[in-house]
Amino acid sequence: MNRRRSLLFAVATALAATGPQSALAIEPALDALTYPGPAWSPYLVGTGIGVLAWLTFYVSDKPIGASTFYAMVSGMIGKALAPRHTERLEYFKDKPPRLNWEVVFVGAAIGGAAVAALTGGNYVNEWVPALWSERFGDSVLLRAAVAFVGGLLMALGARLAGGCTSGHGISGTLQLNVSSWIALICFFIGGAAIANLMFRI
Amino acid sequence: MPDPEKVGSRTTAAERDAVTPATRLVSGHIVSGAAFGFIFGFLLQKGGVGTYHILVGQLLLQDWTVAKIMLTAIVVGMAGIFTLHHFGKVNLHIKPTKLAPNIAGGLLFGIGFALVGYCPGTAAAAVGQGSWDALFGMAGLVAGSWLYAELSGPLKHTVERMGDLGRLTFLDVVPLPKWAVIVSAAGLLTGFLIVLETFGGR
Repeated sequence: MNRRRSLLFAVATALAATGPQSALAIEPALDALTYPGPAWSPYLVGTGIGVLAWLTFYVSDKPIGASTFYAMVSGMIGKALAPRHTERLEYFKDKPPRLNWEVVFVGAAIGGAAVAALTGGNYVNEWVPALWSERFGDSVLLRAAVAFVGGLLMALGARLAGGCTSGHGISGTLQLNVSSWIALICFFIGGAAIANLMFRI
Repeated sequence: MPDPEKVGSRTTAAERDAVTPATRLVSGHIVSGAAFGFIFGFLLQKGGVGTYHILVGQLLLQDWTVAKIMLTAIVVGMAGIFTLHHFGKVNLHIKPTKLAPNIAGGLLFGIGFALVGYCPGTAAAAVGQGSWDALFGMAGLVAGSWLYAELSGPLKHTVERMGDLGRLTFLDVVPLPKWAVIVSAAGLLTGFLIVLETFGGR
């Protein structure tokens, strides 16, 4: 009992000693604007995505969306590893995992972005983004772990909310869908809170 | 096609006989997904939203690129979709409003978004441009989707039932004629864009 207490005391002392020092070490605040901007005007890209939404509705009868891709991929992996268990899950009863429009859409987006980057001369080829390493160092393991946990929470959130920054944030909001505006605002409240904790404290 | 997701909030004559998509063949349907996905990824990369510091810069309220792209897409998309819908050329795809899951899920999504630095669509663009850390985010998204599926039974009968208001759009909520709501929404968002361009950074 005593040993445990003294250990806790030591940890608390160490935290108290290093806490203020590390907070001082990160002053001044990082500025995302010191890094390069986009290749094209946001208004040109936004108009392009708006017109693309007309086309997906008209040609494919589908709204633009991205999160379904991950749900289908997880379901297809599940079906390969544990087919009976996967079929029993409530979500996959409603949305049977298969190679559908949404899966192909996001898969092809990787190709489209690759062509844009290669032809525009801004192929990055990096494992840790510069802004991240300026704040948290250049450990790939740390970056990978945080990105994985973040992705996990993001997927849970997207499925609960019924969509992501594409499905709710663009396709839903442009139809003046009430749930999409609520979700989009919550995305940015949650995101801004954590990003400011990560980079400004 | 009696798919309830495709029924708009206000049924017009055009809507009652639901529109058949131009690509009726299954293979054509898949090909259209690939073509549109390619363009989507291309645009995301050109817009810089496959880039970590631009996305995190938005969450830090330093870089307004993401908001400018999204608001422009919403205004342009809204004008076209409601016009096409008026002439019976497209179906609307309205998701139900469920206050508890929309808010809780939205906040959880935001927390994850800040940790990854990419969202589900822009992670694909990031991998395309060689930002390999997005691969870990994508793996996490697959794992999280699986976890949700595991929990989907209990969730469906608890949280996802709270605050269910059904399929709801601002056309139902605002007591004004349909086109007045659409035009004012577009005007409001354009005004916000002008404010961003004048006072916001990049």
